[in-house]
Amino acid sequence: MSLLDLDEGILALAKQADLVYSPLVDATEFPEGVDVTLVEGAVSSQEDAARLRTVRARSRVVAALGDCAVTANVPSMRNSIPVARLLQRIYVEGADCSPVIPSAGVPPLLPQARPPHEFIKVDVHLPGCPPQPKAILALLDDLLHGRIAKPSEIKFG
Amino acid sequence: MIQKSKAISIRIEGELVPTREGKTILQAAREAGKNIPTLCHMDGLHDVGACRLCIVEIGGAGRLAPACTTPVQEGLSVVINSPRLAAYRRMILELLLAERNHICAVCVANGHCELQSLAAQLGVSSVRFRYRYPAMPVDLSQEKYVMDHNRCILCSRCVRVCAEVEGAHVWDIMGRGIHSRVISEMDQPWAEAASCTRCGKCVQACPTGAMAEKGRAVEEMVKRTDAVAVAAARKGDRT
Repeated sequence: MSLLDLDEGILALAKQADLVYSPLVDATEFPEGVDVTLVEGAVSSQEDAARLRTVRARSRVVAALGDCAVTANVPSMRNSIPVARLLQRIYVEGADCSPVIPSAGVPPLLPQARPPHEFIKVDVHLPGCPPQPKAILALLDDLLHGRIAKPSEIKFG
Repeated sequence: MIQKSKAISIRIEGELVPTREGKTILQAAREAGKNIPTLCHMDGLHDVGACRLCIVEIGGAGRLAPACTTPVQEGLSVVINSPRLAAYRRMILELLLAERNHICAVCVANGHCELQSLAAQLGVSSVRFRYRYPAMPVDLSQEKYVMDHNRCILCSRCVRVCAEVEGAHVWDIMGRGIHSRVISEMDQPWAEAASCTRCGKCVQACPTGAMAEKGRAVEEMVKRTDAVAVAAARKGDRT
């Protein structure tokens, strides 16, 4: 969504790069030989961790976009509560109907939601919730020109 | 007649800075328009050197010392900015951010937080240390205020403002090291603190969203740290 907030900045981007994998693109498997991957979100489930490792293996540069990917942010607010207790409270005690903990097609949660850099090497971090459009544009401009640098303006939250 | 203390001078990065005996390096630097980053310092309160953000390099050997508690001496030579100091200051902030749960996105102090501003200023865009995610309590007992230990950086400004300016001394720090915690009286809920005058100075002194007024939503808690300095001055405390 923050990418869409780039407004007309996205047009210049479209000329310089192809978007090969994203929630907005129809690819089902993460392709090989990706130049830059922007990762958002904390690593909350085993599936997240596995996908992240695939991303790292197939990308030249990985950037953590947003507070969830840099600090784990709001997802980490569950981290001091055991998963079993959490699921029980939400899906059983808190449910108005069909009080059952979902499992079919739902990846198991990791004990804690943690930031991507604890699982893979992250080349650059862009904090923000969300990061400002101009900060994203500046980051993409750097990365597309082969520069890996800390953002010049930092704002968490 | 009040005797003025002896006029001396120190050198900050080679530049001669006139000051007076009895002042700290932090005071001398700031009075000369040179900034040294701090978190636990607050105008009007005695300095304790808790946060170590203000470390500077002293003398030829470049020995590290906290500027807020180190007195000036005639001929003292100080470096207040260097790559080494910048690296240590970033490390201190990263340790603070990893120690407890600092979630800016949903915090009342988002946008008005000294920890957040300092991280931005000193170039901290990620934390290299493993996040602890400790279970920390939130004290909602007090009628007007909230104490959220997740956001506390143990700067002790609340302890000092309540003890030195209000004179109530409701707050203290219990425990040591990683188990340190700000407590109200004998580690009781805030509402049970008999000495508390509900003045709210602690809330205004707190640099983060740890202490806030109830009824404030995300980003709405703006602190009036200047009010603390004024109150302290009125009380006749000397910095």
